[in-house]
Amino acid sequence: MSERDAGTGGGRLVVVGNGMVGQRFVEALRARDHDRRWRVTVLAEERRPAYDRVRLSAFFDGVSAEELNLHTPDDGVELRLGEPALAVDRARRVVRTAAGEHPYDALVLATGSSAFVPPVDGTDLPGVFVYRTLDDLTAIRAHAAGRRTGAVIGGGLLGLEAANALRLLGLATSVVEFAPRLMPVQVDEAGGAMLRRYVDDLGVTSYLGVATSALRPGPDGTVGALELADGRTVEADLVVVAAGIRPRDELARAAGLPLGPRGGVLVDASCRSADERIWAVGECAAVDGTCHGLVAPGYATAEVVADRLLGGAATFPGADTAAKLKLLGVDVASFGDAHGVTPGCLDVTYTDPATRSYAKLVLSDDATTLLGGVLVGDASAYPTLRASVGGPLPAPPLALLAPAGGPGAGAGALPAGAQVCSCNAVTRADIDAAIAGGAGDVPALKACTRAGTSCGSCVPMLKQLLDAAGVRQSTALCEHFDASRQELFDLVRVRGIRTFSRLIAEHGRGRGCDICKPVVASILASLGSGHVLDGEQASLQDTNDHFLANLQRDGSYSVVPRIPGGEITPEKLIVIGEVARDFQLYTKITGGQRIDLFGARVEQLPQIWRRLVDAGFESGHAYGKALRTVKSCVGETWCRYGVQDSVGLAVALELRYRGLRAPHKLKSAVSGCARECAEARSKDFGIIATETGWNLYLGGNGGFRPRHADLFATDLSTEDLVTLIDRFLMYYIRTADRLQRTAAWIEAMDGGLDHLRSVIVDDSLGLCAELDAAMTRHVASYSDEWRDVLEDPERLRRFTSFVNAPEVPDPSITFAVERGQPVPARGAPSGSAADRRPRPVALGLPEVRR
Amino acid sequence: MTVATMSRTATRGWTAVCPLDRLDPDRGVAALVDGVQVALFRTGGELYAVDNLDPVGGAYVMSRGIVGSRGGLPTLASPLHKQVYDLTTGRCLDLAGVALRRHEARCRDGLVEVRLRPEQ
Repeated sequence: MSERDAGTGGGRLVVVGNGMVGQRFVEALRARDHDRRWRVTVLAEERRPAYDRVRLSAFFDGVSAEELNLHTPDDGVELRLGEPALAVDRARRVVRTAAGEHPYDALVLATGSSAFVPPVDGTDLPGVFVYRTLDDLTAIRAHAAGRRTGAVIGGGLLGLEAANALRLLGLATSVVEFAPRLMPVQVDEAGGAMLRRYVDDLGVTSYLGVATSALRPGPDGTVGALELADGRTVEADLVVVAAGIRPRDELARAAGLPLGPRGGVLVDASCRSADERIWAVGECAAVDGTCHGLVAPGYATAEVVADRLLGGAATFPGADTAAKLKLLGVDVASFGDAHGVTPGCLDVTYTDPATRSYAKLVLSDDATTLLGGVLVGDASAYPTLRASVGGPLPAPPLALLAPAGGPGAGAGALPAGAQVCSCNAVTRADIDAAIAGGAGDVPALKACTRAGTSCGSCVPMLKQLLDAAGVRQSTALCEHFDASRQELFDLVRVRGIRTFSRLIAEHGRGRGCDICKPVVASILASLGSGHVLDGEQASLQDTNDHFLANLQRDGSYSVVPRIPGGEITPEKLIVIGEVARDFQLYTKITGGQRIDLFGARVEQLPQIWRRLVDAGFESGHAYGKALRTVKSCVGETWCRYGVQDSVGLAVALELRYRGLRAPHKLKSAVSGCARECAEARSKDFGIIATETGWNLYLGGNGGFRPRHADLFATDLSTEDLVTLIDRFLMYYIRTADRLQRTAAWIEAMDGGLDHLRSVIVDDSLGLCAELDAAMTRHVASYSDEWRDVLEDPERLRRFTSFVNAPEVPDPSITFAVERGQPVPARGAPSGSAADRRPRPVALGLPEVRR
Repeated sequence: MTVATMSRTATRGWTAVCPLDRLDPDRGVAALVDGVQVALFRTGGELYAVDNLDPVGGAYVMSRGIVGSRGGLPTLASPLHKQVYDLTTGRCLDLAGVALRRHEARCRDGLVEVRLRPEQ
C-alpha cells in the first residue's frame, strides 16, 4: 500500500454528522462496499436521524418529522444519535465523544454548517431563533403561539422561507435585508422588484438596503423590536435570524487541519484534507477553498468520498447552483450564470406586468448557447431551461419563455445528456433507461434513479418524460388493486359485486390492506349493501366504523348522537347530560352544533347507545366518511334579519343525507340570510337564503387548507336545491378519489365547476336519472346503525373488552380530572403528530440555503 | 392444555382463549393472557398473537387494526396512526426500529391457545 493509499483499504470508518450529506455518503458507500471492507460508525449531534432539511418548512404545513425522515436502517452501520464528536486526536486516530473514544482508519467530517448570527445586541434574547433544525422549528412554533408580530433578518432564500413560516403561524411579518433587493444571490434587480410586489401583496413588509443594528426586549423580557441602522424600529415578538450560514469546522480547526479562506475544512478535488485519513463532505468542506451551501454539490462530495474510500479516483465535478422554489405563492428560479458575468454574454428579458412574470435568459456572445437565467412569477420553463444550460438553445428564446405547455418547452425535447434532477445528478438518459426497465410511475422513478427525491422541483418533468415515453401513469389504489377508486366503484356497481373477497379475487391480488379495505367498505356502503358490520364487511372497516364511534388516543371512544340542524329539546339535552354523568364521560360541544361524549370503553358503547336510542337519538356518523352535520343559524323564525327558515331546511337536509357514506367526510350548513352566521361557505355544500330562495355554494372546507365554497346556483326553490345537492353528492361519491374532499375533487375535475354544472344541471353525460335514483334508494334504505347493533346479538358480541374476560374492563384506560371533567390520566398514551402516516405534500420546497 | 393456565402464576404455559369460530377471519380480538393484553388474529388460515399495545401510540388498540398483506407478508395496521406491521415477525414496515412483541398461538380441539413470549 503506497503512502497515499493509507486509509482507503478498509477498516474502521467514523462519520461525524448525520445530516443529508452525511447520510447520503453512508448510503453511497454501503451500496458499493460489496466486500464489507468498512465498518461504519456515525456520530450524530441531533437526537433524530437524518431528515430532509431542504423541505424543512413543510413541517409548518403539517408534514410530520417522520415524513421528512431520510434515514433507512442498515445493520452494518452503527448510528449513535445525540453523541456529538468533541475532538479528533489525529495522532492516535480516535474521535472523542462524551461516551468514549471511537478509533478510525478513515474519518469523514460531515458536520454541515450553522446559522450565521450577526454580532448585534440582543440576539441572545428569548424569542430569537435560527432556522436550521426541526428543533428550531418546533421552538418557533411554540413561541409564536399567542404572539402578534414577527421579523426575519435576511431576505434570501432561507429568510423568505422563514417569513412564509411566520406568516403561516399568524404573525404580521417583516423581512429586513441588507442588500437592496430580496434574494440578492439568485435574482437580478428587475426580478427582485417583481418579487417584492408579490411579497407586498401578501402583507409581508420588506425593509431593503438596511442593516439591523440591535434587537430590543419587550415588556415581558422576550424580544420586542428590531432597531434598524437608519433609525426605524420594527415591532417583532419573534425574530428569526437567516443571515447566512457558516461551515462547522471547529473539530478540524482544533485538530490543526488547514481551513479554507472563508472557513471550512480545506480539501482537494478528491475531498481529502491535509490529513490523508480525514475527508470532508457537504457544507463543512471547502473544496479547493470554496464551501458550497447547496445540497446538490454536497451530494456530489459524498459520492466522491464513497468512491475514493473504495479505491476509486472520482473528483468533485463542480457545483450546480441552480435553484427553484415557491415562496409566498410565487415561483422563483435561478440557474447557471444568472447574473450574466460571462464576458460578452447577452441578455434576453421578458417582463409581463399583467401576469406578473419576469424572465431573463443569459446567452453566449453568439446567442446560441444558454448560460443561465432568472424566472420570477412563472417558473414552468425552469426544468427544461436548467437542463439546457451549457448546450445549444432547444428553441428560440421567446418560445422557451412561453407559458407551460407552449411550444418547445416540454421535457420531451430535452437531449439525452440533459440533467433532469440536479440534486441527484440524474440525466434524461437515466430516466429513459429506468422507464425502459419498467419504472411505470413517479414513485418508481424516484426509487430507482433518486430523481425528485430531494427538492422535488423536477417531479413535473418526470411525469412529462413518462408521458413522452408513452407510459400511462398508474392510478392504482394500492398494491392490491390496479384500479382507481372510481374504477372500483363502477366495477362494484355495474357487476353487482357485494363482497371484498370476490372483488379482490376477480380484480385484485393479495389480501388487501388498510387503504383498499376501507375504500371498498365505503363503496359497498354507498351502494346500499346492508349494515356495515354484517358478515365480511365488518373486517374491512376502520376501527371507527367498526365500533361506530371515534377512537381516541388512549384507546377509548367518543360518541356523538345526531342533533339535526343543531336543534334539540330540553328533554333530550337532559338525557345527554344524564348519560354523560352516569358513564362518567367528558363532554364537549362540537363545531358542528352537537355534543361529543368522550372516554367510553368498547363494552360501554352499546349501553350508552341503548340509553340514547331509547330517548330518540340515533348515530351522528361522526366516525364515518359520511355526512356529519348540517349546521344552521336560527333563521327567520327568531332572527330579526332572517329571510328563510334555515333551521327547518338544515334539519330536512341532515335527515335526507344522514348515513350517506362518501370518499371523505361531508359537511354542510344553512344560513338564513346573507350575514352567513352558519358559515355555510366553509362547507362541502353550503346554502345561504335569499329573499326569493336559496343560493347553493359547493366545494368549501375548513381544516388544513381552508377554502371557501364557490357559488354554484342562485335563488333556487327548495325542491330544485335538493335535486342539485342529490346529484352533486352522488356524482362525488361515484367519481372522487379516496380521501378527496369535494373541493379537491372539483379542482381536479377537467373543466372544474363548469363541468360539474354541465353534468348535474344540463345532464351532459346523461347521468342525472341514475344519480337521482341512487339518492332515492339511499333515503329509502337508511336505518340507524346503533339501533341495528342493539337489536342483533351477533353484532353486539364484537363490543367486548377481552374475548376470554369480557367482565374485565381494559385496565389501561384510566382518567384524571381536569376542570371538573374526566380526561385521560397523565402518563397515559400519547400518539404524537410525528406518527402520522405519510400523505401527499402539496409543495416540495427546494434549496433553502445561500 | 389446561384451563388452569389462566392463572397468573403459570407464565410460560399455553392459555386457552376462545373457540376458533369466535375469531372472524381478518378481524382481531383482544385477550388477557397472564395479565398481558394480547391481540389475536386469524388470517390466511393462520393464527397470530401479538401485543395489544401499539408501540408507537402507546394505547392498547392493536386488536382493532386492519389485517391485510404487503408484498405477500400478512400485515396488521395500527388503528391509531396506520403504521403497518409484519404479523410473522412483528417488525414495523413503516418505521425503522419499531416492532410488536409476538406471542405463540395455536388451535387445539377447536380452541385457540396462546403462549406468551418473554420480553426481549
